[in-house]
Amino acid sequence: MSPLLFLIFLPFVAIILILCGAPARLTSLLTTGLNFLLSLFLCYHYNLVLGGWQYLQETKIVPKIGLNFTLGADGLSLTLLLLTGLVSFTAICVTPKMERSPNLFYCCLLIITAGLAGAFSSLDTFFLYGFHEIALIPVFIMIGIWGSGDRQAAAWKATLYLGADSLIVLLGIIALYLSAPTSFRSFDFRVMAELSQNEISHPASWIYLLLLAGFGTLVSLFPFHSWAPSTYSSAPAPTAMLHAGVLKKFGLYGLIRLALPIFPVAVGKFSMLLLILLICNIIYIGYVTIAQRRLDWTIAYSSVMHMGTIFLGLVAFNMLSLSGAALLMFGHGLSIAVLFALCGALRARTETLTYDELGGLAQLLPKASLLFGFGTMASVGLPGFTNFAGEILIFFGATATVIINQGSKILIIAIIAALWGVVISAIYMLRAYRSVFFGPIFQAERWTNIKDLSLKEFAPVTLLLVVLLITGIFPQLILNLVNTAFR
Amino acid sequence: MNLLTSQLSVLVWVIYLAPLVAAASILCITQRNKIAAASLAITAAVISCLASWVIFLKGTDFVVSGIKWIDFGEALTISIGMMVDPLTRMMLVVVTTIATIVFIYSIGYMREESGYARFFAGLAFFLFSMLGIVLADNFIMLFISWELVGFSSYLLIMHFFEKESAADAGKQAFIVNRIGDFGLFIGILLLWYATGSISFSSINQSLPLFGTNSVFLALSLVFIFCGTIGKSAQFPLHIWLPNSMEGPTPVSSLLHAATMVAAGVYMLARIFPLLSFSPGAREVILWIGAITTLGAALLGTQQNDFKRVLAYSTISQLGYMVTAVGVATTAAVPIFHLFTHAFFKCLLFLTSGSVMVSMHHELDIWKMGGLRKRMPITFIAFVCGMLALAGCPFFSGSFSKDLIMKFAFEQNKIVFWMIVIAAGLTAFYITRVCIVAFFGAARTEHARTAPESPLVMTIPLILLSIPAIFSGYPWITRYFILPLGSLELPKETPAYVEWIFILFFLIGTLAAITLYRNASQDPITIPLLAKRFYIDDFYDWCVKQIQGAFANAMAFVDRWVIDGFIVQGIASVTWSVGFILRFLQVGNLQAYTLFLGGGVIGMIVLLMRIH
Repeated sequence: MSPLLFLIFLPFVAIILILCGAPARLTSLLTTGLNFLLSLFLCYHYNLVLGGWQYLQETKIVPKIGLNFTLGADGLSLTLLLLTGLVSFTAICVTPKMERSPNLFYCCLLIITAGLAGAFSSLDTFFLYGFHEIALIPVFIMIGIWGSGDRQAAAWKATLYLGADSLIVLLGIIALYLSAPTSFRSFDFRVMAELSQNEISHPASWIYLLLLAGFGTLVSLFPFHSWAPSTYSSAPAPTAMLHAGVLKKFGLYGLIRLALPIFPVAVGKFSMLLLILLICNIIYIGYVTIAQRRLDWTIAYSSVMHMGTIFLGLVAFNMLSLSGAALLMFGHGLSIAVLFALCGALRARTETLTYDELGGLAQLLPKASLLFGFGTMASVGLPGFTNFAGEILIFFGATATVIINQGSKILIIAIIAALWGVVISAIYMLRAYRSVFFGPIFQAERWTNIKDLSLKEFAPVTLLLVVLLITGIFPQLILNLVNTAFR
Repeated sequence: MNLLTSQLSVLVWVIYLAPLVAAASILCITQRNKIAAASLAITAAVISCLASWVIFLKGTDFVVSGIKWIDFGEALTISIGMMVDPLTRMMLVVVTTIATIVFIYSIGYMREESGYARFFAGLAFFLFSMLGIVLADNFIMLFISWELVGFSSYLLIMHFFEKESAADAGKQAFIVNRIGDFGLFIGILLLWYATGSISFSSINQSLPLFGTNSVFLALSLVFIFCGTIGKSAQFPLHIWLPNSMEGPTPVSSLLHAATMVAAGVYMLARIFPLLSFSPGAREVILWIGAITTLGAALLGTQQNDFKRVLAYSTISQLGYMVTAVGVATTAAVPIFHLFTHAFFKCLLFLTSGSVMVSMHHELDIWKMGGLRKRMPITFIAFVCGMLALAGCPFFSGSFSKDLIMKFAFEQNKIVFWMIVIAAGLTAFYITRVCIVAFFGAARTEHARTAPESPLVMTIPLILLSIPAIFSGYPWITRYFILPLGSLELPKETPAYVEWIFILFFLIGTLAAITLYRNASQDPITIPLLAKRFYIDDFYDWCVKQIQGAFANAMAFVDRWVIDGFIVQGIASVTWSVGFILRFLQVGNLQAYTLFLGGGVIGMIVLLMRIH
């Protein structure tokens, strides 16, 4: 039996236990902690020399149509499973005391965790898609019940937007499935890629566009990004951490698994389109971010913007840039989780995140200020954090692609835009840090009872930062893993 | 001493990592203990300093094979590799020695300030990052350290973060440096594109790839130079340096005068072999340097803040070094000025700190006066630094600065006159500070009662006065500068050139003495200079009006066009359809998610039918 199965079913067991009356917080902590350790062990145990798919397990479901429940993982999946383990564990750690149905809240988080684990370890597109839906649905519920601000509207917007988008992905997957000759049809994406590479099936390029739009929306690719800011700013902190940190990466994962290997020609043909969109993601969204006046919106938009750089890694499509993109996915997942966790901790204390109403909090909340500083620096790509290593690999990889196809002007522009994006992110993140934490204390009488981070907030965020630093100083730890997917 | 290269390599690692260990320990363990924090940082600095002197005295060139940071084999391998050559050795000694002195001085300076442990952690982290720049054998390691230096500068400028001005200055310094780094990274990518390498030695040897007068080479080097413009505060990115004076004075002294800002010049010296084959790039460097030299010297004449005068003088002196990169035949010439400047400018800043502590943080020179008698040691130290800066014959600064001006005389007469006038202005503005602050009658109560600083501050002043006087003499340069290359001019300059320098020094000094002796307020006011050529205002306007308006316009589009019109538009169409299908509208989220799941199962059933 594949150990991956544990990752998926452990949270479900925990849910049943919670429903039977086990203490919700403790059970969830133990479960996700165990999941995290297990995924860490799987990464460690993965045979790097052998590479390829390991921990395989295949269960036939409907053999007639080639539908199997196939589990397996390569370095990329393992990296994302590790990310899932880390972020879900910390998200549960920082979950504050709930007034309204805390058990349901923890169950939702566990469902997301299970869904993510399933999505990143399924080799079968049907289950890949299905597990993603399982992870997505609790997000809507959580925003609707425990969200802040105009939570109903935000929940509706996210549901309709992402729900409609899921259908597009589903259509794409079905079309992809049907594009193969009858006797070869399979939902296994390894088979799909093989069929396309051996020219047995000829999926039309509109299917690629369908997948690009579908997965792109999940990653908030311009112009399908507008669900992101309202969703993240309304969602409770643990939900935002899991969604922005991990769930969103599913779109990129889907593109890497399905779109890139199956449509090598179409990817080249439409690279211009994707490049223009990602330039918009970086520059246009970058300036939209600068215009934001609230911390949660700034961070939400920043996570939209950073996706542009990862897309550049995908378009450049070589070993360096793809590995860089995967590394940046990991780094961004952790750093955005740090920022959303602290954002939630701040919201609970100040009840406002508007820059004009804050200032000088570093004097009152030195721990929060220190951690937020680290999160800011990780997010702006300071060397030492994983994000920096990912970004420079993407830049070098993209430049290598320029060398191969001489004169790709739009690619050069995209590289320059992405480099300028590094400046833009410094502008808005440092402003955010400065407005909230530095300068004289704004309205000191309001904060007489404010308390600094408690251990259950401080420790998990520190854990995320430590992992960011370790993998930033020794990026080869992650790169050795993800490389196995791009050989 | 008989040390093997492998032992020296270990020593290099010790030099590099000792400050990092200190910074990390202070952050994690000794946050609350002042004495432990200071002693940890100082111990690390002393260890690095002693080890650097050992490396220097040993005098062998070697490469430290570092760990592979990123390893993609042929495609790209980035290592944390270090190399030791004459340039590295000299910089190691200068950086660690000055750092040690400043660290010790900080005990006295910071004794009554908040955030004592944080300050020493910042200083130690800075030293680690700076040593990374000095030791780097490739562009990425340099870039990493370069960014980290920017980060530690941000931390230290913002030390008094509860002050609006300090918080803004730190942010500005970081962002302006990032803009320079944007260019630097493009330059690194371009050089990698052409040569396939990021290591200095192979880039420097790859000249045949470019051919003579290559536009591509010039372009890449100009982009690389952008990094220098940011880090070394050259026009037009100079604005952050005067504002960085918000940081505690030891920081201004170590980072923003002696070492960090010189890193830009150091980087140019690293790639000098390549630069010397690109007249186009050197032309750009030359003019930026000359404009900065003269412009900053002009601005220095109208500042009333003790530290800001020094800040503009730093910009101006860095301008000399950059000009030197443009005119000299070897990298030794700019590095010579970097060497002498490091000592005398560090000294000047430390004296300003000494004055500042005694004056209860008053920095307006017009509120001082007569300090000569109250603070004799500080005064003497200041005069040593002043004469070195002004280019008084027989003081260190004159040796290196005159050499640069002689090289400029050979190369470009306009630039020569620009920097000669700047030299006269330098003598003028620094003498002005001296006369106003140290001579005449005390203008305020604080000045009347200012005490001399404690020994822990004055001893560093005395120690630094020695190299401020002597570091230009041939018996010093023989060991420190000449191993980098010759300081010989290609041909003998006419004798009158020397006299021009002395003439300008005298004019500047005497003009300041006549004008400011017994002055109670500034007899000349030039708004253009006092307002810093309106450059800061212009940038503020750009950020507020242009960037702000652009960002707001984009946000408007995002809110009302992309989200409002398109998305909500499609949503409302969906809504109308939903109205027709009203019977399905149960009105709660769980039901909808159920429909989603049901849809999926429906699809499967459908697929099986098709089959």
